[in-house]
Amino acid sequence: MAGIPHDHYEPKSGGEKWLHSRLPIVGLLYDTLFIPTPKNLNWMWIWGIVLTFTLVMQIATGVVLVMHYTPHVDMAFASVEHIMRDVNGGHMIRYFHQNGASLFFVAVYLHMFRSLYYGSYKAPREVTWVIGILMFLLMMGTAFMGYVLPWGQMSFHGTAVITGLFGAIPFIGEAIQTWLLGASAVGQPALNRFFSLHYLLPFVLLGLTIVHIWAFHTTGNNNPTGVEVRRTSKEEAQKDTLPFWPYFVIKDLFALAIILAVFMAIVGFMPNYLGHPDNYIPANPLATPSHIVPEWYFLPFYAILRAFTADVWVVMLVDWISFGIIDAKFFGVLAMFGAIIVMALAPWLDTSSVRSGRYRPMFKWWFALLVVDFIVLMWVGAMPAEGIYPYISLIGSAYWFGYFLILLPLLGVIEKPTTPPSTIEADFNDHYGDTAVKGGAAAPTPAE
Amino acid sequence: MLRTLTLTAALGLGLLAAGVPAPVRAAGEAHVEDFDFSFEGPFGSYDQMQLQRGLQVFTEICASCHGLHYVTYRNLSDEGGPGLPEDQMRAYADQYEVWDPTLLDGEGDYRPATPADKFFNSSLSNAPDLSLMAKARAGFHGPYGTGLSQLFNGMGGPEYIASLMVGYEEEPECALDGPVMDGYYNTAFANGGFSPTCIDENGKHMVPGSWIAMPQPLYGDDVDYADGHSTELHHVAEDVSAFLMWAAEPKLVARKQAGLTGVLFLTVLSVLLYLTNKRIWAPVKHPKKS
Repeated sequence: MAGIPHDHYEPKSGGEKWLHSRLPIVGLLYDTLFIPTPKNLNWMWIWGIVLTFTLVMQIATGVVLVMHYTPHVDMAFASVEHIMRDVNGGHMIRYFHQNGASLFFVAVYLHMFRSLYYGSYKAPREVTWVIGILMFLLMMGTAFMGYVLPWGQMSFHGTAVITGLFGAIPFIGEAIQTWLLGASAVGQPALNRFFSLHYLLPFVLLGLTIVHIWAFHTTGNNNPTGVEVRRTSKEEAQKDTLPFWPYFVIKDLFALAIILAVFMAIVGFMPNYLGHPDNYIPANPLATPSHIVPEWYFLPFYAILRAFTADVWVVMLVDWISFGIIDAKFFGVLAMFGAIIVMALAPWLDTSSVRSGRYRPMFKWWFALLVVDFIVLMWVGAMPAEGIYPYISLIGSAYWFGYFLILLPLLGVIEKPTTPPSTIEADFNDHYGDTAVKGGAAAPTPAE
Repeated sequence: MLRTLTLTAALGLGLLAAGVPAPVRAAGEAHVEDFDFSFEGPFGSYDQMQLQRGLQVFTEICASCHGLHYVTYRNLSDEGGPGLPEDQMRAYADQYEVWDPTLLDGEGDYRPATPADKFFNSSLSNAPDLSLMAKARAGFHGPYGTGLSQLFNGMGGPEYIASLMVGYEEEPECALDGPVMDGYYNTAFANGGFSPTCIDENGKHMVPGSWIAMPQPLYGDDVDYADGHSTELHHVAEDVSAFLMWAAEPKLVARKQAGLTGVLFLTVLSVLLYLTNKRIWAPVKHPKKS
């Protein structure tokens, strides 16, 4: 199954043939742009375009910001204010970039939950999924390092807290922390290397984006039914699919325009809503803010980090078994990274024979609970670790792991899925009430 | 489809709600009044006369301790800002001296400030610079870390400053039995010292605010306004807060205009793309019966 059978680029003129035999780049672009795409994709399949757009926007605005930014502990904060006050359009570029990070994470979370619901991570798309998780990790690293650059109070003390996590690793932790920071504490070396990496990693992300697209262009898109495109012949494949251009490009651009209108409203009317007021105070190592809270997009994982305190019996047990090597702090760090690693393992943990959650009556509810769990964790991550909140984070974290490690393997065994439609074409026609579509209706000419 | 929408909406709302993790006051609450400022809302802009009055209050009162060192003198003539006539702005800058290291063959000397220079720094080491104060403080929080009040009322930076100005009160009765407190009791200031005798047995603060190091700066009738505007405490506090909001966000008006243009443009684009999309998909979704 080397992809879905479809028409390939045929060089016609002499010049085209000349180039094609030397560098088949036009053919590559042709195949990418006209890739057969399941025609029943719903509106949750737009986030890939949103993410690609956001990455390009972040790189474009970032390149301009770098032209005016100074990575020095005494000048970084002032150079950001210089951008906000003196650079032509600088305040807009900076607010685009700052809020662009939030747009990025809104889109990536919806994109990931889409995959989790419709089983897009399952065979044969495991590689796409694992690369995606890798990209998510890189995104988190990039966003974190970008947040350090304005060198405000939250930047500084947030860095101290997050790099402190690595200090929790037994034996080598402190060495790793020093290596990361380039010094024993947050200062000039840390700012310099975070600046360097914040510029580098988005391009790694761009490269991985291409690999991610390459991978799912090889397997073909998943779709809401989870039923594969028929690929015995080109004719049959055409009944299930439509070329990416123009059908899905225009659809995705329509969705993108609406999302950008909302984004524009946030940038224009409330650009600091998603940020912390404390980051408009220049970094001061001697004054620690009363509550160090990460940006909203880190909160679910921050909640998991804080959930496992020394008085939780699992933590005590692990501490005892490991002769105190894995203490509560290190356990929290392992849990936070573990929460992402279990996601990467989903293709092998999910035992269900049916791909899409649409045909899994029990899975549906547990999945809905996972979404609620994620939102609750996000909320509780912003609350102080006192009163009832630690219990809520603990229950929330337990469910997160329980979903991936227990429910996904178990549901595949005990659940009786309903029958998905036999083909994508059947699903599409059911939806539009047109059962009279004759076989040759594939790829009609647009606009007539 | 409906399910997807619900999921999207739920997640979206969740994300929005979790937006601003407002620092929750562990013990006490501060009282921040919701002032009505001209620059609120998508169409709000600065009131030029108010900014000029605020500049006067800042210059005559705040500036004796506080600096404004991210703001440049020439900005005082910015349109959409205080809009001082150029000669007034130059005269304003000329009152202050700046250190110029290039003078006296590199030895450096003081010279009168020019429009291109930045405002002075704080003259007291524990008086914070006020350039960004209106963005570095949030007057509105929660409820329960959801950030909803900030969504509807804004971050509340200028409201916080104005509330702080009018928030000086006699020490509450509960504090009279306790130790003598450093500083001054203020109902809007949350992060200062607090009298132990004003904390009840559950650890809750019985009175809002806390004790602040800064003595009361404004009492009302502190300045003479040339435009005859009221100099009541409430009004003076409002004026100086508006000025500090401008100092923190001088491009606010341009930003809102860009935002509005962007939203309108993208809305029109969405409609066009919607129609295009509908037309492209029509023959696929509703093929003519052959």
